[in-house]
Amino acid sequence: MSRLTYLKDVATLALDRQRCVGCGMCVAVCPRAVLVMADGRANIQDRDDCMECGACARNCPVAAVAVQAGVGCAEAVINRMLGRKSGACCCLGEDGEISAAGSQDGRGCC
Amino acid sequence: MAQPFVVGVIETVIGPVPVVSAQLSLADRWGTVKVRLDFGRMDYQVEPGLYALGAPGARSPILVTANYKLSFDSLRRHLVGRDLWLLVLDTRGVNVWCAAGKGTFGTDELAARLRDSGLARLVDHRQVILPQLAGPGVAAHRIPPATGFTVRYGPILAADLPAYLDGGCRATPAMRYRHFPWQERLLLSPLEVLLAVKGSLPLFLLLALLFGLGPGDGYLRKVFAQGLAGLPVYGAGVLGGAFLTPLFLPWLPGRAFALKGAAAGLLVAAVLLVVLPFRHWLQNAGALALVAVLSSYWGMKFTGASTYTSLSGVKKEMRLAVPLQLAVGVIGLGCWLAAGFLLGG
Repeated sequence: MSRLTYLKDVATLALDRQRCVGCGMCVAVCPRAVLVMADGRANIQDRDDCMECGACARNCPVAAVAVQAGVGCAEAVINRMLGRKSGACCCLGEDGEISAAGSQDGRGCC
Repeated sequence: MAQPFVVGVIETVIGPVPVVSAQLSLADRWGTVKVRLDFGRMDYQVEPGLYALGAPGARSPILVTANYKLSFDSLRRHLVGRDLWLLVLDTRGVNVWCAAGKGTFGTDELAARLRDSGLARLVDHRQVILPQLAGPGVAAHRIPPATGFTVRYGPILAADLPAYLDGGCRATPAMRYRHFPWQERLLLSPLEVLLAVKGSLPLFLLLALLFGLGPGDGYLRKVFAQGLAGLPVYGAGVLGGAFLTPLFLPWLPGRAFALKGAAAGLLVAAVLLVVLPFRHWLQNAGALALVAVLSSYWGMKFTGASTYTSLSGVKKEMRLAVPLQLAVGVIGLGCWLAAGFLLGG
């Protein structure tokens, strides 16, 4: 299985190891294996693997993880620049489950 | 709404609960095909609420999902022969991951749905299993204080649920990693190509109208002739960006999608120009530029359907790629227009 990696040195993921309580929730929710447990605390294995989905930060009970969460979608960026809220953007889910991006709150993709 | 996949009702302490089948019907499968071809993709929904799969009881696990019918179908078809409760959240017809990113598959919706469903009286355990990709939307630690239920994150894929459930609700690292295999990229390609064909059409028509401006008689005749000449360019650009780029993603050079798209486009354009060269070298140069730009643009758009691009990265690549695409596009158009004048009608 080839492992796909995006641009280097751009991800905004940050972890405060001093604050970490070692619950492991960030490791469980990360879909890119960016975070691992080391010495009873979370550790960033490779920041370049991070896609900034924000699951780790959302599920950290002590706010030890921070990331500028967003959806890496060019169409969404274009739509925001043009001041549009919706478009024919696809949004990929769990298993090839592409759906409308659905933007009631104008956040994220389209 | 009419829900033909509901095959019955079971009476429980909290009232009747609709029962769904794990077997997908012909209508379910036909619905999947239609959605993949962009028919009714924006409104393919399941009524939110509680469902029973098989004959669940007080000890049966509770699985939570989105009310996008493709997600719902994917979940139930992997759970043949099992007895489970399915709690469907109102994500406005959007799949789990995207809805979590939007916040509609979120902490408040899950908490409200858990309280209103009456599940606390229906089961004698206090655990719900969420798809892992709900993570961006749900703060798991906020659910117990609000509902009394604790959240466990299951695997990413519904296909791994049987192994997860049988293994005592433990996910392996492989279950927790979002792969992006070629089979899935291929599955996405009909929709990508359709969107690119539709999205590139205005540009193609504009090209044809511009090409009528050269010398010679009969504006419309020239529009038609040059428009036809532009058809392979249009087709090659779409093929490169919306089909080859997704499919050969790991093997195309570079990390930026715009670069991968441009590479795929140059490859297709090279083949096109060897097999079907145009009359004038300016046309050939213009075709090369336009195919590369179109392919680069649709390749860049595939960031949205990929599983590993970050917003910071997309912004970074777009800052460089979009001005370049515009510049090369203008050069390509200029080449072709110039050729039109030189060749005449």
